[in-house]
Amino acid sequence: MSTNDEISEVRIMKGNEALAEAAFRAGMQAYFGYPITPQSEVIEYLMKEQPKHDCVVLQAESEVAAINMVFGAAGAGARVMISSSSPGISLMMEGISYMTSAELPCLIVNVQRGGPGLGTIQPSQGDYFQATKGGGHGDYRLIVLAPASVQEMADFVFEGFRLSEKYRNPAMILADGALGQMMEKLTLPPAGSLPYVDKPWATTGKPAGKDRRIITSLFIQPEKMEQVNLHLQEKYRQIQAEEVRFEEYGVEDADIVLVAFGLVARICQKTMQLARKKGLRVGILRPITLFPFPSQRIAELAPKLEAIVTVEMNAGQMLEDVRLAVEGRCPVHFKGRMGGMIPSPDEVLEAVEAIAEKRNFELSR
Amino acid sequence: MIRGNVIIAHEICKGCELCIAACPQESLGLSEKINLKGYRYAVLVQDNCTGCINCALVCPDAAITVYREKKHAKGAAADAITA
Amino acid sequence: MEIPPLTNGFELVYKKPRTLTETPMHYCPGCGHGVVHRVLMEVVDEMGIQDKTIGVAPVGCSVFAYDYMNVDMQEAAHGRASAAATGIKRVLPDRFVFSYQGDGDLAAIGTAETIHVVNRGENILMLFINNAVYGMTGGQMAPTTLLGMKTTTSPFGRESGLAGHPLKITNLLAQLPGAYYVTRQAVHTAAAVRKLKKAIQLGFQYQSLKKGTCFIEVVSNCPSGWKMTPTDSNKWLEENMLPMYPLGDLKTPARSMN
Repeated sequence: MSTNDEISEVRIMKGNEALAEAAFRAGMQAYFGYPITPQSEVIEYLMKEQPKHDCVVLQAESEVAAINMVFGAAGAGARVMISSSSPGISLMMEGISYMTSAELPCLIVNVQRGGPGLGTIQPSQGDYFQATKGGGHGDYRLIVLAPASVQEMADFVFEGFRLSEKYRNPAMILADGALGQMMEKLTLPPAGSLPYVDKPWATTGKPAGKDRRIITSLFIQPEKMEQVNLHLQEKYRQIQAEEVRFEEYGVEDADIVLVAFGLVARICQKTMQLARKKGLRVGILRPITLFPFPSQRIAELAPKLEAIVTVEMNAGQMLEDVRLAVEGRCPVHFKGRMGGMIPSPDEVLEAVEAIAEKRNFELSR
Repeated sequence: MIRGNVIIAHEICKGCELCIAACPQESLGLSEKINLKGYRYAVLVQDNCTGCINCALVCPDAAITVYREKKHAKGAAADAITA
Repeated sequence: MEIPPLTNGFELVYKKPRTLTETPMHYCPGCGHGVVHRVLMEVVDEMGIQDKTIGVAPVGCSVFAYDYMNVDMQEAAHGRASAAATGIKRVLPDRFVFSYQGDGDLAAIGTAETIHVVNRGENILMLFINNAVYGMTGGQMAPTTLLGMKTTTSPFGRESGLAGHPLKITNLLAQLPGAYYVTRQAVHTAAAVRKLKKAIQLGFQYQSLKKGTCFIEVVSNCPSGWKMTPTDSNKWLEENMLPMYPLGDLKTPARSMN
């Protein structure tokens, strides 16, 4: 089947493949990666389709090499993407830290699996801290987008590239193994809809009569290093002011709001349906950007609520950000599963009912 | 003999003496004075430089510029010594 | 007695290339890095490729190489200069790309990248400065440290039972089909510097052919790390380093084609 990628197109695809196809359509100029379950379909799809596109696709010898290839290509001005899953992302952390300091845009995709350690290949949200608090060394942040559908696996590629180039900062799509593997109908955005931006800082060869460009994260004088940090912090403040994205369902009349991101937010939609049938006024707040976090909206909602329940596929990581936003204005509970287990709508409902009736419930099993 | 000359950027010179060792004419030595960094720097100590550029090739600080007598100007060179 | 300079009737036969910046180099007195920097930039200057050249500096003493080389440059994390250079060259295939790394960077922490970059035959020029010691961090043992050689982390001399043997990574790389031109040079004498310059010229010229990686090891000194005067360090290099790391071509295009 021949496709015309100039137009929007409805297809049924795996999340990983949708993301890969979207990357071509978003004008990606280079991809470097290393196979790891559950995201290997990304590089497999890119390799297969690469001949149709003007894009470098290279399988590196390791995640460490791959992220440093991304550093080089991004520094040379290319629109670059890299993808991996949790252990592989850990290996990239040094390079990601360097890229934030050198202010290089790129899109990093983490299709999370359960950890710690080699862990499991089943889905998890255990890398929330790593993604939103920096992850590597030094004071830095990534712009983190959390898709909840195959459609968003594709859409957020465009958004990730756009934001990373706007702020000269790496952006991350924080997905999970289920989103990567599951198939859904989606509308692929048309190619060419994301214009390239001017990158006068890129090392493409010193222009005659102009100063050479240097891409570096080394500022040995502490006074200079502090200035670089102040500049980065100012940028993060701007991102927090302008780029917060979230979705709400039924919060207007809610007594209890579930805060959940990614796949779990969809599970919570079913929980919400079941709860409302039982007369419990439950709503959902779904952060779409995990950094910047919708703290302000959560702070606004908190005084009107009986309780907030954060639901995650981890031991309670976003929970800390929710509590920081709530600042004691309402009780904040946690319900989660770990290690590759996905919470069911019913077990989340059980927790909601227990909270409504002020009973104890099992936090996580 | 071909006559040469070197100009050594003495504020850049770190007095490593590699040029002194590389000079086949033993034309170079260390200064009595020190530069702002505290190094004794390389200077011409004999008027027998041939402009072979060996000193400049081994200089790690790119501090040496080398001149050689123009062929037609050979006789005039001695008069061209300036202070 | 100082001889005053001559000027009239003389012509310029050597001056530093304009592709070196005016920034004085921070290297210790007598360090070979400065010579390699200068020769590299001489070649860029003479080939007229300043506007098409992109370099990658390593972690190590030459971490500030971009302060001195007046071409577009990137830093790289420790060991990853050749990976970064790969990224640059893959997206800008018509540019001249070089990486510049020391022995710890290229042959210890970056060994995997080094081998795979050459194995893929990335069309870049890799410069490898081997002075058998970690200079920047204060003279610790490197993968290329000679047996018996004392460093701050081999205070009684490198002993193979504890620390293995000097790694002749250039010989390893010469075996790889992706390597197009592999040579080992030095900077301890004027003659050696002349040969190094020829090798770097070839390294850049071959890059246009897109036939594989050009790899130049430069056996160099570290007077501070070796705790010697610069002139003694060059003598020591000749007597001790060169028997282990003999100079010359390990793979040339003629032999590559066989």
